[in-house]
Formats: sequence, structure tokens, C-alpha cells
Amino acid sequence: METEPIAATAGAGRQPEPIKAVPVRHPGRWAAAVVVAFGLGGLGWSLATTSGFQWDKVAQFFTTDQIVTGLGETLLLTAIAMAIGVALGTVLAVTRLSPNPLLSSASWLYVWFFRGTPVLVQLLFWYYISAVYPTIVIGIPGGPAFFHLTSNDLITKFLAAILGLGLNEAAYMAEIVRAGILSVDPGQQEAAQALGMTRMQTMRRIVLPQAMRVIIPPTGNETISMLKTTSLVSVITVTELLYAAELIYSSPRSFGAGLQIPLLLVASIWYLVITSVLTAIQYYVERYFARGAARELPPTPLQRLRRMLFTWHAQPPLPPLEPPRSYG
Amino acid sequence: MSADGGQPMVLAEGVRKSFGRLEVLRGIDLAVMPGEVMCVLGPSGSGKSTFLRCINHLEKVDAGRLWVDGELVGYRQHGNKLYELREREVSRRRAEIGMVFQRFNLFPHMTATENVIEAPVRVRGESKSSALERAHAMLLRVGLADKADAYPNQLSGGQQQRVAIARALAMQPKLMLFDEPTSALDPELVGDVLDVMRGLARDGMTMVVVTHEIGFAREAGDSLVFMDSGVVVETGAPREVLANPRHERTKAFLSKVL
Repeated sequence: METEPIAATAGAGRQPEPIKAVPVRHPGRWAAAVVVAFGLGGLGWSLATTSGFQWDKVAQFFTTDQIVTGLGETLLLTAIAMAIGVALGTVLAVTRLSPNPLLSSASWLYVWFFRGTPVLVQLLFWYYISAVYPTIVIGIPGGPAFFHLTSNDLITKFLAAILGLGLNEAAYMAEIVRAGILSVDPGQQEAAQALGMTRMQTMRRIVLPQAMRVIIPPTGNETISMLKTTSLVSVITVTELLYAAELIYSSPRSFGAGLQIPLLLVASIWYLVITSVLTAIQYYVERYFARGAARELPPTPLQRLRRMLFTWHAQPPLPPLEPPRSYG
Repeated sequence: MSADGGQPMVLAEGVRKSFGRLEVLRGIDLAVMPGEVMCVLGPSGSGKSTFLRCINHLEKVDAGRLWVDGELVGYRQHGNKLYELREREVSRRRAEIGMVFQRFNLFPHMTATENVIEAPVRVRGESKSSALERAHAMLLRVGLADKADAYPNQLSGGQQQRVAIARALAMQPKLMLFDEPTSALDPELVGDVLDVMRGLARDGMTMVVVTHEIGFAREAGDSLVFMDSGVVVETGAPREVLANPRHERTKAFLSKVL
């Protein structure tokens, strides 16, 4: 039997007909959708109707002064601790890769110590530091002192929290930044050096901006993790979000009122809200540092929504493919 | 070619270099005069690229002496003693030598223009406006004025390599080093890059070109060096060496590539 090639009749100038085919059906997807919808519905029903959650109390306490102040404290702690973590972590990563053996071992030692001890212990340590060093003196050992302070005045609760969280975070950030630096093609450093750039210039202008693509995702992770780790500082009685909630439900005035669950919900919802905001910020930061890496920047969620609404029937929105790099 | 008996731009005397136990350069003696285009040929692993990288101190020489424009590479000599140069000094000298890599090594997070102005602004401290002006001229020279705002991965390999040449030229180097500049290119893109290099040679740029492009070496080269296993086997005028290689190893190599 002879088979005739389909294209045989397609002469010059004739456009081939666009393909119209019946798409593959996915009965499994529909079944899964039903199961998920059922589960979600049940969960929602239970959340809404179980009186123990006391949603009225959640609404009542959601924006009380104590909670809002606690939230502010949590945000401030997260921001400062992460700022210290990123800045010090970058310095540690660069010194770790430095040709100076003393600097690189010092950096290694720092990471070893701060990553190897629990952050809770570090927080308590800074809180109780005045027991070890009642006064802080800057001067020459055995010689004259230039500077003299009582530790209790200098290391406040808040400062102890900042130091504990920030110095610990720096150890983790150092490893993240180092991984980012190592991910950059060594040819980039050679090209920069061949142009006469110094090691520091090369790091700042060429290597770190490219390392950012690798550094940002885990840093976003760390920030979100830090947001929740700040709740640990309640052990040194810094009134961040969770501690503020605890203070309300354990205060003599509301004792026995059973406010634990609604207030823990208040705190959880706030953590979720902040995490969502941070996730969105991370998306845009990643997009910014993708310059030059993809031929086309990934769409913003807004662009994606618009595309989905207006081209739904024409074509499902495809993720932008990374085109094969042409070296030719 | 201007072998007018002046001071050579590059002078190598007994240059040796090892990586661990592997001796890559085993005593290289060479002189490149100002305005000369020297092409370096040889099988892979013969030490051509390593020698090129020694010239701008990307690799440290183990033994022998290497001068660029009368200055010792990487060291300062006081009497009989050598002093290692500080990083700043090494960088200053590198800034006067342009280098073009096999894999282009453009900075992917910068546009073509940003790639070209980076070193003049950061290393030379030039004003952005004057650097931009020259960047435009350099991109025009390599035929890519219309790609000024493109990122490297929006360019073909040949275009990337020409931007890389423009980037090196923007520092107004007195010497250009090319490390197999066309080896990573699709055959039909090689011509554009070689055209730019021919133009440079015509304008009197001193060039050391490690290449497999025999045609380029014959037409644009003033001298040809054949290296094998870390030594210079044969050197002379390109047409002479290519037509009548004296050495067995040169003959064997040329019979394979011609």
C-alpha cells in the first residue's frame, strides 16, 4: 500500500492549515479538583462555624494597640537583623574567599561558631552579657582606658535581640553569598582583571551583581524565616508580635477568658500577611536581577493575569522559555 | 611591520611556567615589535594561551623574564632584587593591555555600551560622557552601533566577540592579546570578527593572536610563531613558515590543519 505524503498537495504559496484537534481530556484532573474542593469546603466550614476560634475576638484584637506595637517591633527586628545579616554576611563571604589566610580562617571560625550554637542560646548570652562583662572598657589592656560604659546601659533588651539575631544570621548569609560568588563564571573575574579592575572593584561591579541571581531566593527564605524567628526574643522579654499576644491572653484582666486561640490566630494572620508581602517583594527583586539573564523578563503577576484574561481561549500563557544560548 | 630596531613591545627571555608537576612553558624567547601582528599557532596544550596570559600577569611566571613596553611584568627590579608589584600597580599595567577571550566573557548583566564604558569609568576615572562618546565610536568601529543597548545574550557569538573587542579597545591599549578569538564561533560568523581584527592590524595596533585561522595568519600576520609542548619550535614570516616549514613538528601540524 502506498502512503501519500500529506504535504504533497501543499504547493508553493499555499499556507498549511492551522491545526484544529480535539484536546486530550483529563478526567483525573476533574476528579482531583472535586476532592480538593470538598476538602477546602469542609475546612472553611469548620473554621467558620467552630465557636472555639472566636472570630469576633480575632477581629476585636486584630488591630489593638498592643498587637500593632508588637507587629512594629517584629518588623523592626526583622529588618535590622537581616540588614546586619546581609551586610556582615557579605563581608564574611568575601573575606572567606580572600587570598589572605588569616582573614579567611577568621571568617571560617565565625561561621563555625555562630552556625554551630543555637540562636536561642546566643540571644540569652547577649541578654546576660553584663554578668560576664559588667563594664565595657575600650583601651589598652593594662594601660589607659579611653572609653568606659556599664554593660546594662549599653546592651538593652532590644540591642541584645538585634545582636543575637543579626550575628547569627550573618553566619548563614555568609554561606549563601559565598555560594553565589562561586556560581559566577571565573572567566568574568579574568575579563575584569584584564581590564585593570582591582579585586574589590571586580567583586562589587562584576561578581556580586551576577551572584545576586543565586543569592536572592535563599535570602528571601532567610527573611521569612527571620520574621518568625523574632518570636524567640520573647524569652528576653522583648514585646514583639507573639509576646504581645501572649501578654494579652495571660494578663490578669483576661485571665480565664480563654483568649489564647483567637490571639494566636491574630498573630498567625499577621505573620501570613507579612510573609505574603515579602514574597511579592522577592519576586520583583528577582525579576530585577534577571536582567541580561533571560531574553525576556518574566511577566509580573499583573501582566500574567491580564494575559490570562484576554488570551484564555487563544492559548494558555506559556512561561518564557530560556532560549538556547548561541555561542556561534 | 615595523621592526625598526626600537624597543620591543613584548620581550620574553626563557619564560617558564608550571601547573603543579606539569611544565606548560619550557623556556620561551620571543620579541614582538611595536605595530607587529604576531600569530601564535600550535596544537592544543602547547602552552600558547598560557604564554598569552603571562603577558598581562593573569598567570605568574615561574622563571625567566618578561617585559611589556620595557616594564618587567609583575615585578620591579632594584639592583639584583625583584620586588613583587602591588595589586594596584599590576592593575594599572593590565589596563594598558587589551585582552580578548575565546569565550568572550562579556559582563552579562550590562548592555553592550555598559560593558564598553565600565573600565574607562571605573579604572581610569573618566567622565561618563566622554566614555560614552568613545564607546559609541568603538561600537561603530566593530560595526555594532545599532546594538548599543542590547544585552550580551541578545547578541550572536560573533557580535559578542566584537563587543568584547570594542570593550578592550575603549581602554586605548598599546597592545592587544587575542586568545583564540574565533574558536567558539559558528563558521559563518568568524569572518566579521576577523575583519575587525584585520582593520586593527592595518591601523598599526600591536597584536599577539593565538589562533587556528591559518588564512588570517597568512594575510594579516607580520610574523608567525609555532609552539609545541611549551617551546617555540619555529618562527618567521607567515608565508615562509606556512609554505616551507623547516621543522618536522611544524610540518606535521600544518599537514593536519591546512
